Amino acid sequence: MDQSNMSHPGPEFADPHGTGESHGSMRSYLTGFALSVLLTAGAFWVGTREGLPIADKIGGVAVLAIVQILVHLVYFLHMNASSKQRWNVTAFAFTVVILVIVVGGNLWVMHNSNVLMMPASTDGGF
Amino acid sequence: MTQPTTAATVGHIQPDDAHTDHGDTTVFGFWIYLMTDCILFGTLFATFAVMRTSFAGGPTGKQLFEIPGLAYETAALLLSSITYGFAMLAAYQQKVGQVRAWLVVTFVLGLCFLGIEVHEFAKLIGEGAGPDRSGFLSIFFTLVGTHGLHVTCGLVWMAVLMVQTIGKVRLTPRAITRLSCLSLFWHFLDIVWICVFSFVYLLSVM
Repeated sequence: MDQSNMSHPGPEFADPHGTGESHGSMRSYLTGFALSVLLTAGAFWVGTREGLPIADKIGGVAVLAIVQILVHLVYFLHMNASSKQRWNVTAFAFTVVILVIVVGGNLWVMHNSNVLMMPASTDGGF
Repeated sequence: MTQPTTAATVGHIQPDDAHTDHGDTTVFGFWIYLMTDCILFGTLFATFAVMRTSFAGGPTGKQLFEIPGLAYETAALLLSSITYGFAMLAAYQQKVGQVRAWLVVTFVLGLCFLGIEVHEFAKLIGEGAGPDRSGFLSIFFTLVGTHGLHVTCGLVWMAVLMVQTIGKVRLTPRAITRLSCLSLFWHFLDIVWICVFSFVYLLSVM
């Protein structure tokens, strides 16, 4: 088996679209890494900074997280708009819709339930 | 004499033929699995969002979480993402030795991440802030533990792929497909971790 693997000529892998995912290049990996280091450091800085209004901190950390997720999807998971990727992107878009319904719906329902069922609560709901 | 030879030939040819037919489909199928995993984590994050102030008189995230440990964990996982990327680049160029070396580096970084996480969990439980203390801690341990379990599975998978490269001069299309699937899995876990450190840790210490 080993011998066969070694001597088997096999197809060439130079084609950048040979598999279901696109390949990255050294340049794209390094760009993605540099961006994610900056975004992570930014999130830690905003999140742990004293004296910033809490709403600004939450907004800042959330925006940085979303941008970093997009950076990882593009540079590390190689998602793009090419036709090879169409079904990957379609499946991802559908997942995002489900996530918005599940996470957003949960928060909405639980918020209303807190507001309507526990009017005496002083901690501002959940 | 003829029959075993035929069987052996078939056995050798099949994996490559199977790849040319199904390599793309395998990676796409794995992508679909990852999307379902996204929804699993989504439900856990939704539960965390609902339970995040259910302290039951117990300790809060602000009292428990330590930012330096979190920063080391994040750094280890982020570095492991790019080292896995280097392993993939080497795989496409058929540099098997480099693939193995980068996989070892990635494995060690993943192990560092898990070590810090297990240490944190042990410390919390030792302080009486285990998953049974409050609703907040139950979902914290469930969410972060589920991610940790995924990382553990990824490390086992990586070890298997490392062993499979031993003694090989070329990577078969099948081996590349396996490495591609683990690549997606590993980068996906890094994305989940972005949400964990942002929405679980940083929001709790504000």
